[in-house]
Amino acid sequence: MNNLPEKEYFASGHNACRGCGPAIAMRWIAKAAGDNTVIAHATGCMEVISTLYPYTSWKTPWIHSAFENAGAVGSGVEAALKTLYSKNRPNVLMIGGDGSTFDIGFQALSGAIQRKHNFCYVCYDNEAYQNTGYQRSGATPKYARTTTTPYGKVVHGNDTWQKPMPLIIAAHGAKYIATASVSNVVDLYNKVKKGLEIPGPAYVQVQTPCVPGWGINQASTIQVAKLGVETGAYPLYEIEGGKVKMTRKLEKLVPVKKYLELQARFRNLSEDEVKEFQSRVRYWYKYIESLESKGKVFP
Amino acid sequence: MKKGLKFNIGGIIDEPGNSVETKKDGWRVHKPEVDYDKCTKCGVCAMFCPDGAIFKDKNGNYKWDLDYCKGCGICAQVCPVKAIIMKEEEK
Ligand SMILES: Cc1ncc(C[n+]2csc(CCOP(=O)(O)OP(=O)(O)O)c2C)c(N)n1
Ligand code: SF4
Ligand code: SF4
Ligand code: SF4
Ligand SMILES: [Mg+2]
Repeated sequence: MNNLPEKEYFASGHNACRGCGPAIAMRWIAKAAGDNTVIAHATGCMEVISTLYPYTSWKTPWIHSAFENAGAVGSGVEAALKTLYSKNRPNVLMIGGDGSTFDIGFQALSGAIQRKHNFCYVCYDNEAYQNTGYQRSGATPKYARTTTTPYGKVVHGNDTWQKPMPLIIAAHGAKYIATASVSNVVDLYNKVKKGLEIPGPAYVQVQTPCVPGWGINQASTIQVAKLGVETGAYPLYEIEGGKVKMTRKLEKLVPVKKYLELQARFRNLSEDEVKEFQSRVRYWYKYIESLESKGKVFP
Repeated sequence: MKKGLKFNIGGIIDEPGNSVETKKDGWRVHKPEVDYDKCTKCGVCAMFCPDGAIFKDKNGNYKWDLDYCKGCGICAQVCPVKAIIMKEEEK
């Protein structure tokens, strides 16, 4: 822990809920960004709770962007910095929630990668549009109850599985892709730092439980995120040079039921639904793991 | 804003990290209390505090800044030696 910066770049006094997972991630993302970085941040919980005018929690130059265009704003910043600085050029960090990244801001991010800008995009994944009252997004797991996917007699929560976003980004030819969990902030810090250091587009996606959106105890955020990793529901890996590497190998997957039962959004799941959830988790974990032995699988 | 400029070009905040001016102690229902006899100074609590309310002092002891602690209880939950307990705030 000795080489981690003590200095905080994400100040106290922000307005996140008690026990907010994304707020913990912001502290470590900001530490990785440090002094010489410009941040373009799409709206969403972390933007709203950190910049209630005239206050800001950011100590790094920071620009608000609309919901859909952190990728475009960051691209413009990067192009400007390229002409303004010949050495010691500041890094560009883009931040978006899962709604912003998987759905609304996807085309701006996609274009930024295709144009090969030099940036790191961090998606903090709380698995729904939480800021506007917990609506489903392209990152919401199947059977999760949200305000737009209620659990009733006919409809049993959300009816789609998450988009495999890190692989979609990898297929674009990004230079570095990583998944992370807020239950391991050192790993998160290192991956964001690596994403900023590697020239070209990089993408880091970190799972961050949301207290009211997931219906979890406010003290259990880290425990839930840890189970997300240990059950295989959120596999941790990196893709560099087109090669997949598991950064947390699981000898055995903890039964996913242990993860689901801590979250009110999964209350009411039938035994069959838990079984389906389990086989989906196992399938994806094994699939990603199988890519590791295949060498270069992405451009 | 410059005189004569008709429109505000956007909200500019030129005091980095000034959210520290807005204390959050009023949000708290439970307060963390540390048993320093048990504490091993590992720093795990500080790592995971969403509000950055735990810091290391000059002697390497972890201290709580109750102006910003919202009382979520994460620090108590993650402490490996269970040195922190959450106590109901006195009114
Ligand atoms: C074009 C547009 N549509 C809708 C909104 C309203 N809005 C603001 S934040 C938000 C949800 C953000 O979801 P996500 O990106 O997952 O971040 P989270 O709030 O979950 O952290 C929405 C729908 C907006 N600001 N702009
Ligand atoms: S709604 Fe969720 S993500 Fe938003 S501030 Fe609260 S805990 Fe954090
Ligand atoms: S986590 Fe517990 S043992 Fe470690 S520094 Fe905090 S109070 Fe002390
Ligand atoms: S109770 Fe929550 S906000 Fe208060 S110090 Fe502990 S982790 Fe931080
Ligand atoms: Mg979200």
